[in-house]
Amino acid sequence: MRYLPLTPTDRQDMLAVIGASSIDALFADVPEAARLDGPIHDLPNHASELAVERHMAALARKNTVAGEVPFFLGAGAYRHHVPASVDHLIQRGEFLTAYTPYQPEIAQGTLQMLFEFQTQVAALLGTDVANASMYDGSTACWEAIGMARRITRRGKAILSGGLHPHYVSVAKTMAKYTGDALDTALPTLGADTDLDALIAKIDDDTSCVVVQYPDILGRIADLTPLADACHAKKALLIAVVTEPVALGALRSPGEMDADIVVGEGQSLGVGLQFGGPYVGLFGCKEKYVRQMPGRLCGQTVDAEGRRGFVLTLSTREQHIRREKATSNICTNSGLCALAFSIHMTLLGEAGLRRLAALNHAGACRAADRLAKVPGVKLINDTFFNEFTLDIGKEARPVVRDLADKGVLAGVSLGRLYPGEDALANGLIVAVTETATDEDIEALATALEEALA
Amino acid sequence: MSINASGWKPTTPVAGGNAAPTFTGNKALMLEEPLIFEIGSTETTGVDFADGDVAGSRLGDLTRKSAIGLPGLSEQETVRHYTRLSRQNYAIDLGLFPLGSCTMKHNPRLNEKVARMPGFADIHPLQPVDTVQGALGVINELAVWLIKLTGMYGVAMSPKAGAHGELCGILCIKAALEKRGEGHRKVVLVPESAHGTNPATAAFAGFSVEDIPATDEGRIDTAALKARLGPDVAAVMITNPNTCGLFERDLKEISDAVHAAGGYVYCDGANFNAIVGRVRPGDLGVDAMHINLHKTFSTPHGGGGPGSGPVVLSEALAPFGPLPYTARTKDGYVHLIEEERAEEFSNEHFGGKLDSFGRMVAFHGQMGMFTRALAYILSHGADGLKQVAEDAVLNANYVLRSLEDVLDAPFAGAGPCMHEAIFSDKGFAAGFSTIDAAKALIDEGFHPMTMYFPLVVHGAMLIEPTETESRGALDQFIGALRSVAERAKAGDPSLKTAPHFAPRARLDETLAARKPVLTWKPPVVQAEAAE
Amino acid sequence: MSRYFTEDHEWIDVDGDTGTVGISDYAQSQLGDIVFVEVPDAGRALGKGDEAAVVESVKAASDVYSPVSGNVLEGNPALTDEPALVNSDPEGEGWFFKITLSDASELDALMDETAYAAFVAKL
Repeated sequence: MRYLPLTPTDRQDMLAVIGASSIDALFADVPEAARLDGPIHDLPNHASELAVERHMAALARKNTVAGEVPFFLGAGAYRHHVPASVDHLIQRGEFLTAYTPYQPEIAQGTLQMLFEFQTQVAALLGTDVANASMYDGSTACWEAIGMARRITRRGKAILSGGLHPHYVSVAKTMAKYTGDALDTALPTLGADTDLDALIAKIDDDTSCVVVQYPDILGRIADLTPLADACHAKKALLIAVVTEPVALGALRSPGEMDADIVVGEGQSLGVGLQFGGPYVGLFGCKEKYVRQMPGRLCGQTVDAEGRRGFVLTLSTREQHIRREKATSNICTNSGLCALAFSIHMTLLGEAGLRRLAALNHAGACRAADRLAKVPGVKLINDTFFNEFTLDIGKEARPVVRDLADKGVLAGVSLGRLYPGEDALANGLIVAVTETATDEDIEALATALEEALA
Repeated sequence: MSINASGWKPTTPVAGGNAAPTFTGNKALMLEEPLIFEIGSTETTGVDFADGDVAGSRLGDLTRKSAIGLPGLSEQETVRHYTRLSRQNYAIDLGLFPLGSCTMKHNPRLNEKVARMPGFADIHPLQPVDTVQGALGVINELAVWLIKLTGMYGVAMSPKAGAHGELCGILCIKAALEKRGEGHRKVVLVPESAHGTNPATAAFAGFSVEDIPATDEGRIDTAALKARLGPDVAAVMITNPNTCGLFERDLKEISDAVHAAGGYVYCDGANFNAIVGRVRPGDLGVDAMHINLHKTFSTPHGGGGPGSGPVVLSEALAPFGPLPYTARTKDGYVHLIEEERAEEFSNEHFGGKLDSFGRMVAFHGQMGMFTRALAYILSHGADGLKQVAEDAVLNANYVLRSLEDVLDAPFAGAGPCMHEAIFSDKGFAAGFSTIDAAKALIDEGFHPMTMYFPLVVHGAMLIEPTETESRGALDQFIGALRSVAERAKAGDPSLKTAPHFAPRARLDETLAARKPVLTWKPPVVQAEAAE
Repeated sequence: MSRYFTEDHEWIDVDGDTGTVGISDYAQSQLGDIVFVEVPDAGRALGKGDEAAVVESVKAASDVYSPVSGNVLEGNPALTDEPALVNSDPEGEGWFFKITLSDASELDALMDETAYAAFVAKL
């Protein structure tokens, strides 16, 4: 077996050193009844690299690849062009095959990268500090709600109807066990967000208000009044960003006085990968840092006075605090954070702004074109690179039909909100720099045919 | 004749001589690297975009006006920055990485290649199900392998890491108890030697945690555990093999007793590498066990993730697992069961038994890890995986028996260890501790072992060599640790200042925690803050 | 004024019905460099043995229990910026909080300095 270096001679010699008669003798503590006498019988034996590659390639071929068709899916995962150097660098063995940096003297590469990542994320989100990553946006969102509970010692969270429904589902699952009360709502198929309704709901029991920016339908609203309303009742404002590229064009939630800003970092560096692994972003105001979940990297000096970096404030974490830890997270998303950070470094501020501008311009062209399709109405007054259409009939089967014709048209609201008739005609369309004008025309034409 | 006019003549090397400090601070291939904020500029970019129209503004009045503060680098500078940083890291690709409980084994590159096939890397989680049959097929195929390797009934694939998987298992237990009308069972029993994540997870789910003592030979005190069982006990959480590197011989007996008392058995699968292909936890009465794909099945650890923590479940718990899940019907089609279809599918295919506790993540789990793990599993096959466990255990016992004469081995008398060997700093000179040995190993070119864990052994050193180390690599490591142990026993003062040859000497963790500096600030701001 | 100790290494100085609470020199030496202290807010009601404060070193976080029942008068504001005071002067400037005693008889179960010294000597 190509990955196992011991030879039969090695094994015999080593058994002799150990003083064991056989390998089985080393498993003597396993009760007889639980010992398998040979390889598990209904599973195949080892295979060559070629054979495995063929098998996996055959499975891969059964999928429709986003890059090979007109592609407009978003709703929490976005297809952007990732520069070739990103994937090259994250495959350097010293990054790829390193452990969590618990021995800082020989992990400065990972630690400095995390410090840079934290700084980049904080700048982008507009927060004072950011952590070294979470699993993904949905789990980061839930962690923020838990953090707000600990800070405010209140147990009622108000979730905007514009929050990604999967994020709401995750929060609902967790809240069942922590006892948080969640006030949730569905989005309405209109141009206005639910900010005014959220403000009206805040009371003295409210721990936080959770709002997505831009929201699930792509709409954008100024969060400042909501932040003020939260703070007037000593509640926290949590802003959720599922498309970080948007913050190259839009004011950051931190600038609008959000207390905690979380996000999905997949857009930069990571790739779609059918939903994971992704990278959760988590930033907050400095005064709340000790209630923050997840790992933190901090600057310090070594015994010779040279600058260096270490994991710090780890007493918040479960391997020390055990049942009093701020969060259950342990292994996080280090390599995806590296990919995010490299992509962000390649872009720089100028590149990110240009990327955001291209996304927005493409989305504007697409929205204008698609709104001309008979029977189609653009819901949004405002959007970044994603908007929602009301196509006048149930969108889900239309999306399936278009997929058969080789166009991945977007995400139907029926997929995200099954059984909600008022939303069934909605189609979320995301337009990134990867969509060409020809792709937009192909979508418009296919939609015209489908709705004719 | 022609004369060599260049002045360049072959030289004979001269040994010795003290080096002057370099202008750059670099030491030949050991290169210092500033932060991107110190070398980049907000005008520089390493990405070219198409020229052209960027008209249109539908951003409301929310256009960003202020600077963000993100420096950019050209592509070449970027490659150089991260390449230089990478060289300050230790990694499995460089050498043996004996972190106990972490299973740092070789990461085969086929797995990287497979995960990057566009058919897996470039598909959206919300594409119509017909367009992702291959991806769902990977999830389903891996699920079948995990079920068969563990002898369990079902598997929840979506948890994102080991601790997340633990939470998933505990939530299944909670849901099953509530379904039975026994939500009043509030106590979870956890052995002293458990991973810190176990009590944290149980507490998160609203359980109260009680410790179960260990015997002198490092195993669970079965009698004490049985005595504590009762109508208030929801579950026990056991790591097997345990964190002392020993197989819990009584696990079946314990499981039977727990089940008889109405509770469930959670097994922490972090150490599954010791028994994969040789022992099935399902045969030992386990109800739920997470599997760290980034340990046993070699998906790369990436300097701290991403991980992946599928949870195998017994027939009693499987109905409660999280959404979404996949199911292959007889026609070969792989269904994706999300919120809407759960009930329909339950009635149609599972006799109405499915009763999921909900969703734990936005999409379907760590697809990129599933492809890698499946490639690893297919490469090994049933015979290769059995050999994995055997070689992992053989290597650990070889380390144990090769060093027990110089290092205190608290459980060496209890018989063979499993996949990891445990030593302690007992016998070191006064003032010397495990950390000094660990830092000295860095100078020897090895990553240190796990230090001070498990807590039940004072000054613990937990060594897990894994099956992918050759005998030559083990012998070199054993020689290095023997030398270090002898120096620690003799009180060699140079150990206290080790490492001496790493990119950094020991770092001031107290300073970092007292005055946290978590982001880079421009020098001006730093000066103001200091006033 | 008299000083009492608990088996969990808290000390309390009692002056009338007011007590000042901290952790012992032995405790700080076991914890190592203190990096963070969280003290209770004024007005908080504590029972004897309740978790009153948290003290953290780099590698450990420990709860500090209230040696007596009562209401918190104030937490030591100096510890927020200078947790190292707990190391340098644990039984003086490094005090944690002041409390009004609701039941002075609870002091009877605590140790005096001599008894505590003997207790520590046996650890």
